Amino acid sequence: MADNAPAAGHAHEDHHPTWSIYWKVALFLTIVTAIEVSAYYIPAWETSWVYVPSMLIMSAIKFVVVVYYYMHLGYDHKVFQALFTGPLIIAILTLIGLLFLFSKLAIRIGLLA
Amino acid sequence: MATIAASPTYTTEARTEAVDNSVWSWLTTVDHKRIGALYLVSALLFFVVGGLEASIMRAQLMRPNGNLISAEMYNQLFTMHGTTMVFLAIMPMSAAFFNLLIPLQIGARDVAFPRLNAFSYWVYLLGGLFISFPIFFGAAPDGGWFGYAPLSTKAYSPQINMDFWVIGLQILGISSLAAAFNFITTIINMRAPGMSLMRMPIFTWMSFVVQFLVALAFPVITAALVFLQFDRFFGTNFYTVAKGADPLLWQHLFWVFGHPEVYILILPAFGLVSEVLPTFSKKPLFGYPVMVYSGILIGFLGFGVWAHHMFSVGMGPIADAVFSLTTMLIAIPTGVKIFNWIATMWGGQLRFTVAMKFAVALVGMFTIGGISGVMHASPPNDLQQTDTYFVVAHFHYVLFGGSMFGLFAGVYYYFPKLTGRFLSEKLGNWHFWLSLLGMNLTFFPMHFSGLLGMPRRVYRYDAGQGLELFNLLSTIGTLVLVIGTTFLLINLIKSWRHGERASSNPWGAATVEWAIPSPPPDYNFAELPQIKSRYPLWNMKENEPLVHETTYAEEKDRRIPTAKELGIVMPNPSIWPLITATGMLVMFCGLLFMESNTPLAIGIMLVGTLGWIASLYTWLLTPLEDHH
Amino acid sequence: MTASTAPTPAADAHAHGGGHHTSLGLDNRKVAIWTFIGSECMLFASLISTYLIYKGRSPQGPFPHESWTNPTTGEVFKPILNIPITSASTFVLLMSSLAMVLALAAVQNRHVPKHSAWDRILGSSKLWLWTTCLLGIGFLGFQAYEFTSFIHEGLTIRTNLFGSSFFTLTGFHGAHVTAGVIWLFTLLAIDYRRGLEPSDATIVDIAALYWHFVDVVWIAIFTLVYLIK
Repeated sequence: MADNAPAAGHAHEDHHPTWSIYWKVALFLTIVTAIEVSAYYIPAWETSWVYVPSMLIMSAIKFVVVVYYYMHLGYDHKVFQALFTGPLIIAILTLIGLLFLFSKLAIRIGLLA
Repeated sequence: MATIAASPTYTTEARTEAVDNSVWSWLTTVDHKRIGALYLVSALLFFVVGGLEASIMRAQLMRPNGNLISAEMYNQLFTMHGTTMVFLAIMPMSAAFFNLLIPLQIGARDVAFPRLNAFSYWVYLLGGLFISFPIFFGAAPDGGWFGYAPLSTKAYSPQINMDFWVIGLQILGISSLAAAFNFITTIINMRAPGMSLMRMPIFTWMSFVVQFLVALAFPVITAALVFLQFDRFFGTNFYTVAKGADPLLWQHLFWVFGHPEVYILILPAFGLVSEVLPTFSKKPLFGYPVMVYSGILIGFLGFGVWAHHMFSVGMGPIADAVFSLTTMLIAIPTGVKIFNWIATMWGGQLRFTVAMKFAVALVGMFTIGGISGVMHASPPNDLQQTDTYFVVAHFHYVLFGGSMFGLFAGVYYYFPKLTGRFLSEKLGNWHFWLSLLGMNLTFFPMHFSGLLGMPRRVYRYDAGQGLELFNLLSTIGTLVLVIGTTFLLINLIKSWRHGERASSNPWGAATVEWAIPSPPPDYNFAELPQIKSRYPLWNMKENEPLVHETTYAEEKDRRIPTAKELGIVMPNPSIWPLITATGMLVMFCGLLFMESNTPLAIGIMLVGTLGWIASLYTWLLTPLEDHH
Repeated sequence: MTASTAPTPAADAHAHGGGHHTSLGLDNRKVAIWTFIGSECMLFASLISTYLIYKGRSPQGPFPHESWTNPTTGEVFKPILNIPITSASTFVLLMSSLAMVLALAAVQNRHVPKHSAWDRILGSSKLWLWTTCLLGIGFLGFQAYEFTSFIHEGLTIRTNLFGSSFFTLTGFHGAHVTAGVIWLFTLLAIDYRRGLEPSDATIVDIAALYWHFVDVVWIAIFTLVYLIK
C-alpha cells in the first residue's frame, strides 16, 4: 500500500511522453553524441576557439533533453522544476566561481588579463 | 460561535492513557516529538561538554605563560570545542526544534519520512560519540574545527587524531542531509489545508531555507572530506603540494560549505525569535513578507560570500573586492530583520518572560556581532583582524549571543508545549542574567585583545603585551557562564517532572501548535486544521481581546482521546533506523585501521556495509503503517 | 463576531482518520528524490570543479590527452584516455535511459490491452528492466576495463593529480551507477515476485529519476573530461 500516496482527486501525469517521443529523443541523443565525438577527431574544429563552446552547448542540449523528456520535468508540477533548477544554478555558479578563483577562467578586459 | 480559538472537542473524563516510557520505546520511536526531545537532551549534553572544553582553555589563558595544559592538549581542546559546539550542540538543538515544531506549525501529523527522521537522530548520536570519545585517550582531533589541509594530511598530522575528525564529520553529514530531504518534503507537501507558503509561521520558513542550505552545502564538504580521506587512507594527492596540489583547494571547498553553515546556525534562532517576540508583544510580526524574503535572500547570497574567510591568502584584488562586496550586501537583509523585530516590539504590550528576555537579548547581541562582522568584510581591515581574537569575539557574539540565546528563547517558550510543564521563571531569570553578563564579560574584552594582536589558537601568551586584563576578564566571564548554564540544567531537570503544569496556549500565541494539548497527543491534531490566516488563534478585529490564553485549570479534567478511538492510523515504531545507523558507523570505523591493518579494515567495512544494507532492505520492505 | 481566521477542522474526508493529506497532491517520495538530485548536483559539481582545477597541473604524467616521457626512466606513456571506448560506453548509458523510460511506461500501462506483438514487447516491464540493468552493467564493464587498462598503463589513483581526481570523479559516478543497478534488480525481484502494478509506478519512477540523473552527470563528465583537452 503506498502509504505516501497523494490524496485522491489530483490530476497529474495526464500528459505523458509517448513511445514516439522516447525513441526520437534516443535517436537525437545518439546523433548529438556522434557529432561531439566526430568533432574531437576533426582538427580544424578541435583546435579552433569554437570547440569548447560548441561542446558545452551540445552537452547542455543533451542534458536538458534528458531532463525535460526522460525525467519528464517538462510534464510535471512546477515544484519539481524549482527543486531541480535552483540547486543546478547554484552548482553551476559555484563551479564557475571556483574556476575563476583558481585562474582556470579569466575575463580579459582590455590589456588586463 | 467560537470567536477566538476553536475549543478542542474533548469530553470531560479523567485521563486514562498511560504513556510507554520504556527504553525500547525510545530506541524505536518514529514520533517527531520524541525525536525532538532526544535531540534536545543530546545537544544540551554536548553543549556542556563543549563548554567544559572552553573552560579548560580559558583557565589556561587566564594568566600569561599558563602551565595548566600542554600545547597539544590545547590544540585538541579548541578543535573539539569548535566541532562540538557547531556540529553537536547548535545544529542538533536547531534540529530539536525542526522536529518538534515543523509538523505542528504546518498542521501535520508527523514528518514525511518518520523512520528516516529517527535515522538522522541515531546517526548524529553515534557520530557525535565517535568524534568525542577519543579525547579521553588524548587522541582527539587537533587540527582545528575547520581541518585545513595540508596541515590535516598525513604528512603533517600523522597520528590517528584527524582520522576521527575526517570520518566523524562525514558521518554527521549523512544525518543532516537525510533530515534536510525529510523536512523539505514535509514543508512542501504536508501543509494543512489553507496553509499557503505565505501563511506559514516564520520559524518554519527559516527552517525551510536552512534545509536547502544543508542540502546544497553539505555535499561540498562531503567532497572535501572524501579528498582528505582518500589522501589519508589511500595515498591520493588532492592536498599533496609536492605533487602539484593547490594549498587553497581545501580552504575554498571548506568555506563554500562553511559559510552557508553559519547561516544554518543562525536562521533557526532567528525563526524562534520571530515566534517569541510577537507573542510577548501581543502584536503581529512587523513586515512578515520582508522577513520571509530576507531569509531567502540570506540563504541565496550565503553561497556567494565564502572567500571572505580567505582575505589573507593572496587571492588578488579582484577576488577580494568581489567577495567584500557580496559580504557587505548580505548585511542588508540581515539588518532588515533587526529593524523588523524592533518594529514588532514598538507599541506592543511587552511581557518580559525569560523567553522574551533571551529573544530581545539576541537582537542586541547579534547586532554587536554583526557590526564586527561588517568590519571583517573590508579586506584591509580583515588583514589586521583575521586570526586574532577580534574574530573570536565576532563569532561568539553571533553564535552565543545570537544562536544560543535564540535557542534558549525557544527552549523556555516551547518547553511547556513539549512537556506540559513550565520551566521555572525564577531559575530562568538566573540563567538569563548570568548568561547575558557572562557572555559579554567573556567575549567583549576579546575585541580589545584581538586588536592588540593576540593570535587565535595559541595556548599561551607572554606578559607585557597588554593582554593580561582582557584574558582575565574573559576567564571570569566563562565562570559566570558556567554558573548560568548550571541554572539551566537544574531548571530542566526539576521542571521535567515537577514544573508547574501548562495548558495548550499559556502564552497566548497565534499559531496552530498552540491549539492542541500540552504535551500533544501522539497524533498531534484530532482533525487537521483549516488555516485561514497567518495568525489562526488571534482575533485581529478591533476592540476584541486578541487571544484567549488558556489555563491549566480549565483544561486539566479533559480526556484526550487515543489515536485508535479517533480512527487515526499511527506509524509503527521501528528498530531498523537505529540498526542501519549502527551498521554505517561500523563501516566507517573500519577506515580507522586502514593503515595499521588493512585486511582487518576491509573486513570491518564489509561487515558494516552488509549490515546496513541488509537493515535498510528490511526497513524499506516493512510498511510504515498497518493497512487501513 | 465570527472568527474568520480561527482554524476549523477540515470538512473533507481526507483530514479525518487515515487519509493522508498533501498540500500539493504530490507523492512525498517524488519530492524527496528531486531534492536529493538537487543535492547531488552540488556533490558532482564539487568533484568536477576539482578535476577541472587540477587539469594540466600535474607535474608528472601520465596525462589524459598528451604523451609523456618520464625524465628519469625514459619510459614513454601514451595519452591515457581512450575516446572510442568511452564513446561506446556513453552510448550504452544513453540507451539504458531509453530502456528505463520504457520500463516505467510498461508498469504504468500494465493493464492497457495489448493488441500486437510489438505492444506486448513494449509493455513488458521485466524486459525493459532487464535491459536497463544489463546496459548499466555493460557501462560498468566498460569502466572496469578502462580502469584496469589505465592502471596497467601506469596511471593509478596515487600517481598524480590527474589520477587522483580522475579516478575519484569517475569512481563516484560508477558507484552511483552500481547503486542504481542494485536498486533496479530489486525492482525486478519485486516484479517477479508479485508483479509491478500501476500503483507501484511511483517507486519505479523514483528509481528512473535517479537513473536518468546518473546518466545526465555522465553527459557532463564525458564532455568535460574526455572531449575537452
